Amino acid sequence: MRQIYRSIVLMLFVGAVIIGGGFAAFAQQPSVAAPEQGFVPVKNLPSQQEQLPAAPLVMTAYAVAWVVVVVYLWSIWRRLAGVEREIAAVNRRLDPGARR
Amino acid sequence: MNRLFSILAVVVAAMFAYAPFMIVNAPYESTMGLVQKIFYFHVPSAMTMFTAAFVCGVASAIYLFGRKPQADRVALAAAELTVVFGIVVLISGPLWARKAWGVWWDWDARLTSTVVLWLIFQAYLLLRRYGGPGSDRLAAGVAIFGMANVPFVYWSVEFWRTLHPKTTVVPSLQPGMRGPFWFCVLAFLGLFTLILAARTKLEQRRADLEELYLAVEEP
Repeated sequence: MRQIYRSIVLMLFVGAVIIGGGFAAFAQQPSVAAPEQGFVPVKNLPSQQEQLPAAPLVMTAYAVAWVVVVVYLWSIWRRLAGVEREIAAVNRRLDPGARR
Repeated sequence: MNRLFSILAVVVAAMFAYAPFMIVNAPYESTMGLVQKIFYFHVPSAMTMFTAAFVCGVASAIYLFGRKPQADRVALAAAELTVVFGIVVLISGPLWARKAWGVWWDWDARLTSTVVLWLIFQAYLLLRRYGGPGSDRLAAGVAIFGMANVPFVYWSVEFWRTLHPKTTVVPSLQPGMRGPFWFCVLAFLGLFTLILAARTKLEQRRADLEELYLAVEEP
């Protein structure tokens, strides 16, 4: 029963992170500035430097993909090893003469 | 079967090892620059998510109407993979959007329908885990519903006005980008095949274990 509650809490947490992240991002939208009045020459405009570097975003995206796949593969391997152990234990019960 | 699995595992591992070199050498997109490189993992993950949802739906239909237990095992494995690749899609997408759109998230048709698709398959897994006896058939119905949702997600960018790039992006890729992109798609589909086989084997072994327990309980 405790495991059920723990799994439901985990699911709710993942859902809350995704939906909450969306709302947090929405709340962080920059407010729309009042439009410039009159003519402003291009050379007088603030320099259009890159505000947000792309490299950390790209690296995070690739790292997340790898981590998610590796963790899932590890979980399959762990569950499969558990089932194999249990099968071996039941087989020993069925055939007590088998080597332990 | 084991030999085929091993060969495919080596090929897929080699493809994923080589993919970063292809992605780095692919030409830069003129307006987005470096952040466009997320595309080479984001779109193949989305394609794999759709494939997994489709496999789950078809296998569920076979189980529902043909009563084949092996199809049910494949459906359960594919549902988990839909959720796993969905996580990759739903995280890599906002990382790209933050740079390209200036926001992490927008509740537009493509993004919202992708979350709904992901939640449908989460519902499938919850049903399978906590639904009790008979939940496998109910979950199979949910999976067919989830599969039917896939075309709506794919064409949502054509039906509604969205921020998300349209379906014409992939066919209109520059020649230098096509090679790395389709290489990544193949690598992801290979990975999907491998994990699907491994996860289905886990369900097969669980079924074997249940049979063994029944044999123990019999007088």
